[in-house]
Amino acid sequence: MKYLCIECDEGMEFVEAEVSEEEFLSVTFICPKCQKRIALLTNPQETQLVRALGVSLGGRTVPPEPFEQIRTTLVRQREGLFLTEEKEIIWTEEAEKRLERVPSFVRPKAKKFIEDYARERGYRKITTEIMDEAGEKIEIGM
Amino acid sequence: MPKKYKDIIGDGGSNIVGQVTQQIGRLRSRMEKVKHKVAVISGKGGVGKSVVTVNLASALASQEYTMGVLDADVNGPSVAKMMGVRGQRLKIGGNGVSPAVGFLNIKVMSMDLLLPKDETPVVWDAPTQRDAFVWRGTMEVSTLREFLSDTKWGELDFLIIDLPPSIEKFPNMAQLLPDLGGVVLVTIPSEVSHLVVKKSVTTVKELGIPVVGLIENMVGYLCLNCGKVGDLFKTVEEGEKMAEEMDIPYLGGIPFDPRISIASDKGVPFVLEYSDSPAGRAFIEIGGKIKGFLGE
Repeated sequence: MKYLCIECDEGMEFVEAEVSEEEFLSVTFICPKCQKRIALLTNPQETQLVRALGVSLGGRTVPPEPFEQIRTTLVRQREGLFLTEEKEIIWTEEAEKRLERVPSFVRPKAKKFIEDYARERGYRKITTEIMDEAGEKIEIGM
Repeated sequence: MPKKYKDIIGDGGSNIVGQVTQQIGRLRSRMEKVKHKVAVISGKGGVGKSVVTVNLASALASQEYTMGVLDADVNGPSVAKMMGVRGQRLKIGGNGVSPAVGFLNIKVMSMDLLLPKDETPVVWDAPTQRDAFVWRGTMEVSTLREFLSDTKWGELDFLIIDLPPSIEKFPNMAQLLPDLGGVVLVTIPSEVSHLVVKKSVTTVKELGIPVVGLIENMVGYLCLNCGKVGDLFKTVEEGEKMAEEMDIPYLGGIPFDPRISIASDKGVPFVLEYSDSPAGRAFIEIGGKIKGFLGE
């Protein structure tokens, strides 16, 4: 949609967009020649139609996040739906061998605890020293 | 004579056109790594599109093809359940969202993965739900665009897209994916179904999208006691004849096997468990025909 100042025969330029609490949209345009201003006014349904396009009037300063439209407008979403992608944690050979000594029924829990502990502290590689550190926090039979 | 639309360069700074162009660019860039995109449609509800989608994807995956399935039925998603990936959490990071991963490494994206409960409908945030018909269709297209462009599909041989029952959604998908490799149409052996599916065939043809062919689902009933296939519907017009009449390939018929619905409820693709059954063989054979159509 474009706006023309008929008097000047000049395309009008976007100035600003405002959305009221009741979702009435007001978009102001100006004629670059005579400085005359006009406003496009929409009702809430029309405002929502523009929003449904996944665009921001006047442009964006940062690119949209993945699934931005869905995440910001889907009313009921699963709790904790999106996990932030975790960096892969590497285990040293010694640490892996030590983990093997943990009773099998608690091993997955122990592994997860140590990896979470390492991630929280920014460690990428799990050594026996880190296992000791983590072990001080919880009794997991290591 | 005042200036016309095309005489004014740009959109005066509202930048809507620019953002839509960027959205399309992101979509194209993601889809470049997907070799073949195939839509499964019908026009008629309840003919088994999702079952066909899941089992064709699984049949092809079992032949070492890298597969993705997009459940494009935003309001009635069922693919995640049939693929056994419900409850998987989605990882977000970098330039996209990692999809759920099912049997044979099949990547799945579906609205079902985002909803909290079985009974939760899709409701979009809006100042009022009154007159929502004005914008709901646009919202659904934006959702599908994000599913396509923001999901980390990676390199795929096939992306199979399960469309909702009504044909009205198909042109939107065709616009999002101008390089759609083809459309598979699903019907059942009933005159009522054929009546509706024929309209879908015409729509697809008029859009200039290649028709891979017609699948006739629930052709007969497989008796699990005696192994014989009996009539399930009183067939007035066979699918093969309909395909001939509409000048499209007939890909084959799939007999109704009660284990298909059991497998779907269990979240295990039927074709992986019963590849030697009549229905399992039919899925594999039809998968082969689709491959052939797309030059694989």
